[in-house]
Amino acid sequence: MALMGSNLVMYEEEFDRINSILSRLWVDANAKIVFLVDKNGQQIAAKGDLEKVDATSLASLTAGNVAATDGLARLIGEKEFSILFHEGEKDNIHISIVAQRLILVVIFDERSSLGLVRLRVRKSAAELEEVLSQMASKAAQEGQAQASPFAEITDEDIDALFSE
Amino acid sequence: MSFINYASREINCKIVYYGPGLCGKTTNLQFIYEKTNPQNKGQLISLATETDRTLFFDFLPLDLGTVRGFRTRFHLYTVPGQVFYDASRKLILKGVDGVIFVADSQEARQDANLESLDNLRINLRENGFDLATVPYALQLNKRDMPTAMPYDLMFRELNVKGEPTFEAVATKGIGVFETLKAVAKQVLHELSKK
Repeated sequence: MALMGSNLVMYEEEFDRINSILSRLWVDANAKIVFLVDKNGQQIAAKGDLEKVDATSLASLTAGNVAATDGLARLIGEKEFSILFHEGEKDNIHISIVAQRLILVVIFDERSSLGLVRLRVRKSAAELEEVLSQMASKAAQEGQAQASPFAEITDEDIDALFSE
Repeated sequence: MSFINYASREINCKIVYYGPGLCGKTTNLQFIYEKTNPQNKGQLISLATETDRTLFFDFLPLDLGTVRGFRTRFHLYTVPGQVFYDASRKLILKGVDGVIFVADSQEARQDANLESLDNLRINLRENGFDLATVPYALQLNKRDMPTAMPYDLMFRELNVKGEPTFEAVATKGIGVFETLKAVAKQVLHELSKK
């Protein structure tokens, strides 16, 4: 997987590693929900009480939020604001950018604290960056070895999607 | 920029509705939302002003079922059409897989259509895309308006590369799914080349 530019492709091994990093962060930070989104708004992995939230909307709005904040940063001459924090009455959202491409979101309440979350996020972000750079070098080595699952797609397949 | 997850066997693609203010981008999404089975759609999110003008974007996740064992999801976005929201429009095109240009058929809006099309070309380029190669369809909306321009004339002025072009009345749903399908098809074909 190239980190910039091309499509993001995730395989089992990396997916498992990312999931285990998120699980650990979820426990260590006493968080309600932890999730990872790419900057285009696609959810990559998540952990926590996901039944109570609309994860897809959360992912897309987070990405919109980060994109808007990135735009603000550039306007005033900053490269990026790497951390965003939204404080609510009960729940808070901590958003941080990982490896310029991914967004790590932690939702937590009074059972945790901003300081704890920041500390744990820093550690997890470093681990995630490591997984990403390994994925990148692996992708560079293997090149285009893996054929797209859609290589054989036909018009009938696509029509079937819209049959309802 | 699609996201293929081999672990959960999912594929996510992003389609953006572009076009001048009040051309019917949000209406397209609303119709799709209304006509899609609850289990195949997520929430329709609209970041709009108090007067229902799109401020940042509308967002609708759509689950189209499986292709070759992969769950296929389309994330539909609209951009704010009003000229002064250009910074936001640029952000939404980031990582796009396919674009639908919604044109307003009313004669008085043709200059706005052309301006918006130019703006699309520029903003795509700034995001590293080329209108000539990106999966793309043209929708001529509001065909029911008395001042609607003739199809041929609009086609000549707005069709940029022989892309599939559809006549639509988005408020009644005419042409809405046809346009989406045309772009989805191109997006999936594009994926098959990678």
